[in-house]
Amino acid sequence: MFDLDKWQEILQTITRNKSRSLLTAFGIFWGVFMLVFLMGGGDGLRKLMASNFEGLAQNSGFVMKGKAAKAYGGFKSGREWNLQISDVDLLKRRVPALETVTPIMGAWGQTATRNHHSTNATLKGVLPEYANIEDPHITQGRFLNDSDVQTYRKVCVIGKRIWETLFPDIDNPCGQFICVGGIYYQVVGVSKMSSNIGIMGSAESTVIIPYSTFARLYNKGTTIESIGFTARRGHTITELTPLVEETLRKAHTLAPDDKRAILLINMEAMFQMIDSLFAGIDTLVWLIGLGTLLSGAIGVSNIMMVTVRERTAEIGIRRAIGAHPRHILTQIMAESMVLTVLAGMSGIVFAVLLLQGVETVLLAQGMEASFQMSFGTAIGATAVLCLLGSAAGIAPSLRALAIKPIEAIRDE
Amino acid sequence: MLHLQNLHKTYQGAAPLHVLRGITLDIAPGEFVSIMGASGSGKSTLLNILGILDNYDEGEYILDGQPIKNLSESRAADLRNRMIGFIFQNFNLIPYKNALENVALPLYYQGVSRKKRNALALEHLERLGLREWAHHLPNELSGGQKQRVAIARALITKPRIILADEPTGALDSHTSAEVMQLLTELNAEGMTVIIVTHESGVAYRTKKIVHLKDGVIESIEENLHPSDNPFGDLMK
Repeated sequence: MFDLDKWQEILQTITRNKSRSLLTAFGIFWGVFMLVFLMGGGDGLRKLMASNFEGLAQNSGFVMKGKAAKAYGGFKSGREWNLQISDVDLLKRRVPALETVTPIMGAWGQTATRNHHSTNATLKGVLPEYANIEDPHITQGRFLNDSDVQTYRKVCVIGKRIWETLFPDIDNPCGQFICVGGIYYQVVGVSKMSSNIGIMGSAESTVIIPYSTFARLYNKGTTIESIGFTARRGHTITELTPLVEETLRKAHTLAPDDKRAILLINMEAMFQMIDSLFAGIDTLVWLIGLGTLLSGAIGVSNIMMVTVRERTAEIGIRRAIGAHPRHILTQIMAESMVLTVLAGMSGIVFAVLLLQGVETVLLAQGMEASFQMSFGTAIGATAVLCLLGSAAGIAPSLRALAIKPIEAIRDE
Repeated sequence: MLHLQNLHKTYQGAAPLHVLRGITLDIAPGEFVSIMGASGSGKSTLLNILGILDNYDEGEYILDGQPIKNLSESRAADLRNRMIGFIFQNFNLIPYKNALENVALPLYYQGVSRKKRNALALEHLERLGLREWAHHLPNELSGGQKQRVAIARALITKPRIILADEPTGALDSHTSAEVMQLLTELNAEGMTVIIVTHESGVAYRTKKIVHLKDGVIESIEENLHPSDNPFGDLMK
């Protein structure tokens, strides 16, 4: 297949009119560059967005109290109500399709200190099974366990930022004590959770302690802040949310149509929203990129038409001295493909370099981003280019084939 | 070698033009023939048909035992490549290929390896005294040199016949004489040569002159002593 002569011919004809070839190639180059760069950029943005949800189970949801805005069942409007620890068991019984149902306590705006270091922190009280909702990504030590809860231990798992600010000089903070709100907790683990969506603020600056410890220290009694839940396999959180809501409304005598009485966060819906947002962006990127690419291909086709016209005599001579129609066909097709693919490849390379640059700059600013296109996409893009190149070559090749040797030779 | 029987050709168009009106002609191997006629006599059409560059409407054309009729484009290309060597008035070399590449091109279409065809091409160029010009582009060559490159290209496939269309049309009298001398030598080596021309000076260097007029053969003249006709004088 590799025929040196053929390649030499192609190279000869392409380089014969360098500036024209370059300008033609630029159309393709720009199209591919736009497509790859925008795709990489869109993908990177998606990943940046997704990092906000990092570690959160997609099939999870949270419920929080609101304000009962409507008078209902003998209660006046504007009533305060609270979620109770008993609601957890109630939900487990009434909605068996829920896998994990777990209470979450929270105290915002706390200050965590150790020696002279201090930082803002959110204190969170959870059960060990909370790990089913948000993967704690333990990097050192361990997560909370059942005996921590049963014995009301003052132990904590700290987020990455807490660890970095309170223990700048210590690699492993496990066993050390930190102070939050005047109470000392022993660090048992470090979490690398990075979600920002977590109902209790950024996970990186969270101090997680056992639910029981939290409830006792802050005199919460049976009141809880929030309930987190996940759906069993085969069920979606979207189908379970109404059941959860109904159960809680009944238990707390809330008006069925009182939207503000109860707050439900459906992670699945949030994920879906982000997904459809980026699907939209993707479609746009493809439209722009392919549109530019198409006009580039038409440019190639156009120039090849002119080239064939210019080379009428030459093609006629070749036919006269024994070139088969297929020789002419492959020659023109190959020229158009080589031009397209070369231009496209340089577009890919340029876009990849630029994306790498963006990534490096963002990394230097401490953002973990990946904008780079995948290898598979690159292969796909190259295949598309080959296809485009051959499509661009069809019309000029047909014109070249229509050239009759006599006409060409007589043409003076 | 070449047999034409009652050949007709009409160009279709708004007013159909009956160019060839029954040509019957036999050319034996080793003949040196010129086809002469005024412009519009149909000589170029006849040459195109002989060269399988054009088809005909009626009659019979047999080239070296092969009936030439209703050939596919590829088959026609193969036959042109192997049986016929073309020499054109305006040389028709490919401008961006050097002399060697131009001469070797017909062999490329035969699928001959690069090394072999370049060696053969160089051999032919040497024979025509162009060895040191092998790597020059056509626009660096004189008219006579270009035509000699074209002749080398025509010869490289060892064709059965050489078809020359006004081979001296673009050359001065001195180089014309050289080219004619070359063709005469080729014929002396046994090659069948057919020249289409309107110049009697050229025609009378051949051994047989076919006079064409209004699409029919007017007369066939045997020219027994072509060398008796001083070429240079007749050119004027």
